[in-house]
Amino acid sequence: MFRSLLFIPGNNPSMLQNADIFMSDGIIFDLEDAVDINEKDNARNLVETYLLTTKDLPKTIVLRINPVNSLFIEDDLQLLMTRKIDYILLPKSNMISLYVLDNTLSFLERKNNFKKIKLICLIEEAKAVNEVEEIAKHTRVEGLLLGAEDLTNELEVERTTVGNEIMYARSKVIFACAANQIIAIDTPFTDISDEEGLEYDCSNAKALGMKAKTAIHPSQLDIINQVFSPTKKMIKWAQSVVKTYEKTGKGVFQYENKMIDKPVIEKAKKIIEKAKTFDLL
Amino acid sequence: MLNGVGREIPNSLKPFVSSDDYKNNERRKISKKNKQSKTVFFSSYDEVFDSFHIDNKQTLSFHHHLRNGDLVIQEVCKVIKQKDLKELHFAPSSIFPSYTEMVELIKNKNITNIHTNYINGDVAKTISEGYLEGQLIMNTHGGRARAIESGDLSIDVAFIACPTVDKLANGSGAIGKNACGTLGYAIPDLEYAKKVVLVTDNLVEELDHYQLDGKFVDAVLVVDSIGDAEGIVSGTTQITKDPIGLKIAKDCSVLLDQLGLIKNGFSMQTGAGKTSLAVVSYVEKIMKERIITGEFGSGGITKAYVDMLESGLFNKLYDVQCFDLDAVKSFNKNSNHLAMSASTYGNPFEEDIIADKLDFVVLGATEIDLNFNVNVTTDVLGNLIGGSGGHSDIAKGADVTIVISPLIKSRIPIIKENVTTITTPGEDVDIFITERGIAINPKRKDLLEKLKNSKINIFSMEELLEKTHSMTGVPAKIKKDDRIIGHIEYRDGTVIDVLRRVHDDYIR
Repeated sequence: MFRSLLFIPGNNPSMLQNADIFMSDGIIFDLEDAVDINEKDNARNLVETYLLTTKDLPKTIVLRINPVNSLFIEDDLQLLMTRKIDYILLPKSNMISLYVLDNTLSFLERKNNFKKIKLICLIEEAKAVNEVEEIAKHTRVEGLLLGAEDLTNELEVERTTVGNEIMYARSKVIFACAANQIIAIDTPFTDISDEEGLEYDCSNAKALGMKAKTAIHPSQLDIINQVFSPTKKMIKWAQSVVKTYEKTGKGVFQYENKMIDKPVIEKAKKIIEKAKTFDLL
Repeated sequence: MLNGVGREIPNSLKPFVSSDDYKNNERRKISKKNKQSKTVFFSSYDEVFDSFHIDNKQTLSFHHHLRNGDLVIQEVCKVIKQKDLKELHFAPSSIFPSYTEMVELIKNKNITNIHTNYINGDVAKTISEGYLEGQLIMNTHGGRARAIESGDLSIDVAFIACPTVDKLANGSGAIGKNACGTLGYAIPDLEYAKKVVLVTDNLVEELDHYQLDGKFVDAVLVVDSIGDAEGIVSGTTQITKDPIGLKIAKDCSVLLDQLGLIKNGFSMQTGAGKTSLAVVSYVEKIMKERIITGEFGSGGITKAYVDMLESGLFNKLYDVQCFDLDAVKSFNKNSNHLAMSASTYGNPFEEDIIADKLDFVVLGATEIDLNFNVNVTTDVLGNLIGGSGGHSDIAKGADVTIVISPLIKSRIPIIKENVTTITTPGEDVDIFITERGIAINPKRKDLLEKLKNSKINIFSMEELLEKTHSMTGVPAKIKKDDRIIGHIEYRDGTVIDVLRRVHDDYIR
C-alpha cells in the first residue's frame, strides 16, 4: 500500500544514497527515460551496489527497466538477483510486452528460485489505454501507472493542469484497477515549482479514484502524501464506526444519523488500515 | 594548559572557561574618541598616509560591508606596497576572496599580524600555509566590538569605506552608487580608532539621515570609486533546490513549530545560506497560515526578511549588514528596518543586545562533534575557510540554538568525535538537525521533554556519528603541523582554540 512513489534516476549517486530519507512510500529507481543511453551501465551498477550494500532501504522498491525490446532488458533484469526489488515497472506496456516480460520472469523465477515477481505497468501509449482492462487482469500485475507525458505526445495534445486531455485515460486506468483490485497510480506532475498546480492535480486525480501518485522531485511528496492520506476527520469517523460495530456486534446501525452497514464498515476499516500504514494514528 | 572545551592552549594566552564566564568580569572601556581638530578632506590615499604619518607596525582597520566589491582595502594595500611599510597589523572585520592585494603583503612581511572575524579565499590560503609571520586572531562580531572598546584591539587608523559622505563628514551606507545599506561593523572603529578616515565616492552637501557621526571623523577621502556594486551583493540569496537541503529545512520548521517557537512576538535569526533561506521560507508559510506576527528578524538581512517585514509578518528588522540590494533599498526607505552596530548585535558586555533577545537561531556548521562543539573556521585539513562572524554571539544569546547540516558534505562526514577547530562551544548549541534525524544537547532536558511524544527522529550524537560512518567509513586521522599560526578568541576575549599551519602533506 502506498500513496507516493518517487522517481530517482539510477545514475544519481547522491539521490540514491539518500533514497530512504525522503517521505516517499516507495522509490522508483529509474534505468529508463531519466538515464542517458551512455549512462545505462553506470546506472545499473550504481543501483545494484546501492541495493546490495545499503542497510536502510526504502519501504518499497520499484525498478523501472528499459523496454522489453531494448538491448538493455537482460542486464536490467539481472538486478532481480539482489532480491531487494518489490516491483518491476514495465514501460511501454501492452499485451505483447507484458507477455514477453512474463515469460522471461517465469524463466528467471524457476532458474533462481525467486518468489513470484510483481509488476506495475506503465500505461503511456494509446494502444495500452485500449488494452488496459486485459493488462490489469494479468496475475503478475499489481498496479497501473498512467504516463501522461508520452501519451499526450502520441495524441499530439498539450498537457494542462486541468487535465481534460487525459481524463479518458485516467478513468480507464482507474476502472481497470478497481475492477481487478489493484492500485491505480497517477502520472507525475512535471512543474516542480508549481505547488498549487500539484495540489489541484492530486485532488483531481484522487477525486476520480486514483490511489497514489508519482513524484519527480522530493519537494512534491508533502503535498502528494497529504492529499492521498485519509484526513484526520475521516480517521476519527472510521475509528468511531469500527468501535461502535465491535461494541454492538450489529451489522447495521445508525451513527451520526446515518445508516452504517457492511460496505460502510469495510470502508472504515480500510481507512484505519491506511492510517496505520502511513503512520497517521 | 587545557581550556574549558579541552583544547591545549599556550600558557601565554587566556584560556576560555565557559560562555558565561564573562559575567565574572567587569566591562573595560577606553574613552570614545574626542576629536579636537577639524575634518580634513583628501583626494588621494597617499595624502592620508602622509598626513597621518602611517608607518611601520601600525594597526589599520577596515569593515567588510562591500564584501567582494571592496576597493578600499585593495587601494590601501597598493600604497603600503609602494611605500614598503613593514610589520603592519591589519584588522578588517572580515577578509573576502577579492582582497588579493593582501597576499603579497603577507608574503613580503608588510602585514605580519591580522585580527578578523571571517576569512576566505587566497588570503586564507596564504595564512593557512604559514606565510603570516605573526599571528592571526579570529574574533566574533560582538567580540571584535568588545576588543576595540576595551583597547585590546587598538586601531591607529580606521579606513571606513562609506557610500555617501556629506561635507560635515557624516556618513551613510544607504545611498550612493555603491550603496551597501547598514554599516554596523564599522561603528566600533569609528568611535574608538585613533584616526578615522571615511573613504567615499559620493560627497554630498548635507545628509538628513546618517549612521556614521562626523564628530568622530578626522578625514574624508574622496575617490573615484570605493567599490564594485556587483561584488557587494552576497552570492547566496537563493533558496536551495537541493532535496537534502530542503528536507533539513522542512524538518527544522516542523521542529520549531513543535517546540512552540513560532508564536506571536517571537524573534529569529538565520544565516544567509541557501538552506537557511529555505528555513525562512517554511517559517514564513507557517506564520501566514496561523496569522502570526513576529517581533523582529535580525542579522545580515536578505530579501526574504525584507518581504516578511513588508507583508507585516515582522514588526522590525535589526540589520548589521545588508546581504542584497533589496535589503539595501528597504533599509533606505523603511523606518522599521533598523541598523544595529556590531556592539548592539553581540558584544557580551553591552546591555540589551539583540543576540540575547533572540528566541531561536538557525546556524550552519563545517563540523560538529560529540560535545556539540561547532567548527565554522577551518576545513578538516585545517585550511581557513570562514570564521565565527556572529555564530558564537547568537549561539550564546538565543534561547534555542539550532545547527543544520547534511551528515556528509562532499563525501566528508560533518560529525566528528572532536572537531578540527572549535569556533562555538557545544554548551551553546542545543539542537543539530540533519537529513537523517536530529540530536538534542542532553543538557537541554526541557527541549527533550517537549519533544518526547513527537514523531521526530531523535538520536544521540554518537548514533548520528555511527550512521555517518556506516556510509563513509571512518575517516583517516589528519596530520597536524606543530606551528601555531594564530588562535580563535571567544567573544569575551579568552582563547577557545588555536589555529595551526596546514601540514605539508596537504598543501597543493
